[in-house]
Amino acid sequence: MATIDVPHQVSFLDDAEALRKACQGWGTDEKAIISVLGHRNAAQRKQIRLAYEQLYQEDLIKRLESELTGDFERAAYRWILDPADRDAVLANVAIRKSSPDHHVIIEISCTRSPEELLAARRAYQARYRHSLEEDVAAHTKGDIRKLLVALVSAFRYDGEEINTRLAHSEAKILHDAIKDKAFNHEEVIRILSTRNKMQIMATFNRYRDDQGTPISKNLLGDSGDEFLVALRTAIRCFNDPKKYFEKVLRNSIKKMGTDEDALTRVIVTRAEKDLKDIKDAYHKRNSVPLDQAVAKEASGDYKDFLLALLGKA
Amino acid sequence: MALSNDLQALDRAFSGIGVDEKSLISIVANSDDEHKQFLRKGCSKLFTEDEYGFERLNQSNMKDLKLEFNRFRDAVMFSLSHPWERDARWIAKAIKKGPKHYNIIVEIACTRSSDELLGARKAYHSLFDHSIEEDLAAYVRGSERKLLVALVSAYRYDNEKQKVNEDVAKSEAEILSNAIKNADKRRPIEDEDTIMILATRSKPHLKEVYKHYNKICDKSLTKDLEAEGILKDTVECLCTPETYFTRVLDAALSVNADEESKRALTRVIVTQKEALVKQNNYVATKIQGIVRGLCEDFILGSLAGGETNNALK
Repeated sequence: MATIDVPHQVSFLDDAEALRKACQGWGTDEKAIISVLGHRNAAQRKQIRLAYEQLYQEDLIKRLESELTGDFERAAYRWILDPADRDAVLANVAIRKSSPDHHVIIEISCTRSPEELLAARRAYQARYRHSLEEDVAAHTKGDIRKLLVALVSAFRYDGEEINTRLAHSEAKILHDAIKDKAFNHEEVIRILSTRNKMQIMATFNRYRDDQGTPISKNLLGDSGDEFLVALRTAIRCFNDPKKYFEKVLRNSIKKMGTDEDALTRVIVTRAEKDLKDIKDAYHKRNSVPLDQAVAKEASGDYKDFLLALLGKA
Repeated sequence: MALSNDLQALDRAFSGIGVDEKSLISIVANSDDEHKQFLRKGCSKLFTEDEYGFERLNQSNMKDLKLEFNRFRDAVMFSLSHPWERDARWIAKAIKKGPKHYNIIVEIACTRSSDELLGARKAYHSLFDHSIEEDLAAYVRGSERKLLVALVSAYRYDNEKQKVNEDVAKSEAEILSNAIKNADKRRPIEDEDTIMILATRSKPHLKEVYKHYNKICDKSLTKDLEAEGILKDTVECLCTPETYFTRVLDAALSVNADEESKRALTRVIVTQKEALVKQNNYVATKIQGIVRGLCEDFILGSLAGGETNNALK
């Protein structure tokens, strides 16, 4: 379930005016910005951008970019984009790092629906004049490249039916690959990057039934092996996205100094989807409500913005 | 004598691509039983003398004939169908029929626009409850698998006005050149870098790579891939589609063309209409004497094309 708190009546012209006012004069009224943007869904934000453009002949995003700074700016920027555009930006940022953030690419490929991933690929092309798979291929090497390009290129069948015989045979294939420590086996990549999600889950369930342990447990090992890590990430994303996101949040807050990138990314991308469930999972796992943890670790406008998205302000 | 004229006419009506329906009507429909028996006894291609005292149909030749009769039907149905559905069905058939037909998959994946290929993938979901890449990955066993899955999954940046990075194009031409030079150690179709380049780069970029390869190696990339099966088809379709389609057309119209080659004729006429129309009378002249009856009419009609439709608007 979503966490953002959206009022019943919304006037895009009023919102655009309020945002304009917040940006005029000395300094910026961040609270005003948060009180508008933090409480509008994607469709509404799009309308507000259009209204702002019509009224003031200026791109609201550019205005915010110049007015805001730091973590708040990065969060607000990601928030105000269309979800597909946002995924494109997140992917590009992840790819361009000197040590690419594989898990972000995997996260986007594996937790979005086939149509959402497609939309992200289109948005990526429009923004960067390259295809997503092209850039992933150009910035990675070896087995991880094979896995990432395959995951990112998938246009999975979005159906509910499962073939139990197939689940059985593919669970066996995975088992054999893991047993032989041939994790980068073509078959592993094939199954993970082409099967539809329900089928993959059925295969994992079958694996667990046959082997007695969940498949991800049998892939624990050398955390220096980036391919293994990537494989586990993909499997986690398929198996239980909410649990996966809870862990990302937990890790981002736990580390010495918060990983704002991860914190922002999860909250911004899930606020309109399943952040409520992720919050519950977080509370259960850490005995502390997520908003409390965020309030403790983040500060200033950035903190206020995140809390707004969490439905708390 | 009327009989030998008819025999010749019958033979002519049944040779080539398609059948000469008009001739057949005037020969066969106007024959009485006695005349037909003379035709049977004279037409050794279709009939053999059975020991029980009748002229028996030669089943295997009859099968070939049926294919020729159906060519017009197929042309109409394919032409009428939605491009997405017909591409999806062609791909499905090719997967089922095996390695000799994989060039069709390459043809569709590489000569359609990014959005047309996407449409085919969607149609495939709907028609077959699987994704193309899923079925490819599961049914294609040999070294072609990686390439085919990658080609079919591509969503290339499709903008002709793209500015290509010459340095990257040059270095990728060198990568391809090395892969080909090392063909005795590892087949280029299994070289990861080669697959990545061909499956992820945009067509304008690949055309530059093609040019650079020519400069570096003093031979065209297609020439150097002569022995590499669908890898050659891939490069041709991506970089010089006109060459590919001309080659396919010529093969279809050649004397010893097999059924698969002839099927390609229908495929090319139906899907490459625009490109063919631009060739003025090239196709019309080529098919003369080889393509018969309604098939010939259909092809000539297709190439004369659009004007009549527009008149109705």
